[in-house]
Amino acid sequence: MTDPTSLQITSAAENTAVAVRPRPRLAVFKFASCDGCQLSLLDCEDELLAVASAVEIAYFPEASSRMEPGPYDVALVEGSITTPHDAQRIQDVRRIARTVVTIGACATAGGIQSLKNWANHEDYLRCVYASPEYISTLATSTPIADHIKVDFELRGCPISRHQLLEVIGALVNDRRPRLPAHSVCLDCKRKGTVCVEVAQGIPCLGPVTHSGCGAICPSYDRGCYGCFGPVAQSNCHSLTNQFLDSGNAAETLLPLLRNFNASAPEFREASNRVAEISIERNGASHR
Amino acid sequence: MAQTRTIKVEALTRVEGEGGLHVRLNGNAIEEVQLSIYEPPRFFEGFLRGRPLEEVPDITARICGICPVAYQMSAVHALELALGVSISPEIRRLRRLLYCGEWIESHGLHMHLLQAPDFFNVASGIELAARFPHEVTRGLKLKKQGNELLEVLGGRAIHPINVAVGGFYRAPQKDEMQKLIPAFEWGLQAAIDATRWVAGFEFPDFERHYEMISVCHPDEYPMNEGRIVSTSGLSIDVSEYEETFAEHHVAHSTALHSLRTSDQSSYHVGPLARVNLNREKLCETSRRVADEVGFITPCFNPFKAIIARGLEVIHAFDEALTILRDYKPFKPSRIPYEHRAGEGCAATEAPRGLIYHRYQVDDQGKVVLAKIVPPTSQNQRQIELDLVDWLPRVLCDDDQRTADECERLIRSYDPCISCSTHFLKLTVDRGGSSDGEPR
Repeated sequence: MTDPTSLQITSAAENTAVAVRPRPRLAVFKFASCDGCQLSLLDCEDELLAVASAVEIAYFPEASSRMEPGPYDVALVEGSITTPHDAQRIQDVRRIARTVVTIGACATAGGIQSLKNWANHEDYLRCVYASPEYISTLATSTPIADHIKVDFELRGCPISRHQLLEVIGALVNDRRPRLPAHSVCLDCKRKGTVCVEVAQGIPCLGPVTHSGCGAICPSYDRGCYGCFGPVAQSNCHSLTNQFLDSGNAAETLLPLLRNFNASAPEFREASNRVAEISIERNGASHR
Repeated sequence: MAQTRTIKVEALTRVEGEGGLHVRLNGNAIEEVQLSIYEPPRFFEGFLRGRPLEEVPDITARICGICPVAYQMSAVHALELALGVSISPEIRRLRRLLYCGEWIESHGLHMHLLQAPDFFNVASGIELAARFPHEVTRGLKLKKQGNELLEVLGGRAIHPINVAVGGFYRAPQKDEMQKLIPAFEWGLQAAIDATRWVAGFEFPDFERHYEMISVCHPDEYPMNEGRIVSTSGLSIDVSEYEETFAEHHVAHSTALHSLRTSDQSSYHVGPLARVNLNREKLCETSRRVADEVGFITPCFNPFKAIIARGLEVIHAFDEALTILRDYKPFKPSRIPYEHRAGEGCAATEAPRGLIYHRYQVDDQGKVVLAKIVPPTSQNQRQIELDLVDWLPRVLCDDDQRTADECERLIRSYDPCISCSTHFLKLTVDRGGSSDGEPR
């Protein structure tokens, strides 16, 4: 699979390898998440040792038992805020990190666990845990930027490791990361993937979703389900109208808009609107 | 009067997810060992209710970024049982191939970057690379082959997108699969060399008496289906899982503890259990390497799980090569089905051990109930009991050294804390502050 950012990555990797200034200190913090985004760093198999020589990996518990205290030049933050303890801990991270980069849909939009923002929290607790009194959690799952100033957000569920390398390379070299800002839809056109919406009538979030995955789903005969969150100036209103006009039921669109980036404002607004339409049409109540 | 002493590991390292360890001693007598998991709960079983069943493989993948395929495989098998769908032999082979990719990627990571540093007293795989550049680079390349297979067959390595209830959204093209073969031929030999390397490590002389549990299939090494068997003679159908094992909620952990219902005893799942129970079903090359390195089964030394992982990586490369070489595109890639109300369960073998899923669905194709038991919640109590045995051997005046040795044992299980909360932090209580603070 060709990644649109692959050329930049090579240069980023080269840049990181030849950095001569004191090595920036990197820390990786985890909040509510699946570990997949920080794993993306360990998944840079060809570049990992070069990255480790270009930056000082000062705090990365998943990879190293050596946990150096802050301050850090760069903090990569994975996961969302779901507990009172974590709401406090993220403030501490901000205090000891010069640059905070949030990585992944949990950190940038609240993640799949933000579905509880629409549900009765007590019901969820009882559904999973026999003794809910042992569990201390907030009723919501919120992105890091709701709690602290974030310097850069890297989208995706999971993030693209190529984009992660570009961000690390840029920060090492004191420049802005160069990342694409177009939609998944455009990536399909570039790859020559036949449109699954046009050709097969499969509802696809490609037109409103941020580039980064490499437009994988349509090339596997399925619609985009929005892992990278809303692209800037996404027109979710128009796209959902199009889906509805072409005969898709509102209740089938609702889970599509309300998954891994459910609480990203554009997707949240679109899913709430679709939920209202569904209620109007069916008189039924949907989550 | 003996003094109370607490040893704490606030944050376990080189494990997936977050947890700690809390040990309370009275003099040198161990009063309590708690593996505490403070990973925030994410309530998957809660928000799966009411979702379209087609989304379950995509959503459950997000429980764990290291073993998403295990969640996807368990979910689709359980849902297919509920729907009355029988998959074709071609789909079945591709699912085994996908699991091979995940075992290679996950075992490769754990062997080289997470567990191996413990045998050389270094903090990370990156530090280990300074001493063993060839071996660590080889390990990274092995892991990469697993990821590349996941990318071709699954669309991407983390949270693959191609797994569907009924099969795959698209069967790969022949040339996509053929291209992987040369690297996999290298991988098979590299996996043999990596296994020889880890088998040469110095292992603590530590044998436990476990009941080891794994899936067992009459004709093949266990991945996606079979009965559930144990080293104590248990043999049950997957549908009897919940009568045989039950989860318990304990105060010090956001992960549930799973125990045998008959006598509340703990048990051990994972690569060591699989090799012990299924050695004769490993591929010939893997069996030959096991004999050559003197790997005697049954093996009840948890540290030697790293050798079992190596043997499984060999097997995964070998089986993947067979499937890749024989592959022809096929149709349909997905078996069609009608929605109907029903219930189904499945047990498959995640890299870390047996994983169990059960779903109830309604006639509109919505999830009514989801139950998920990951490997680490099954191993959690066993790890605590292992530590009770291990601590007297490693207990010294230096709390940090004691804690490091405890972590070493915990890490041999490759615990996945993100998974188990659907894990860890070591605290040692010494004198004065008698009551530890369970989190």
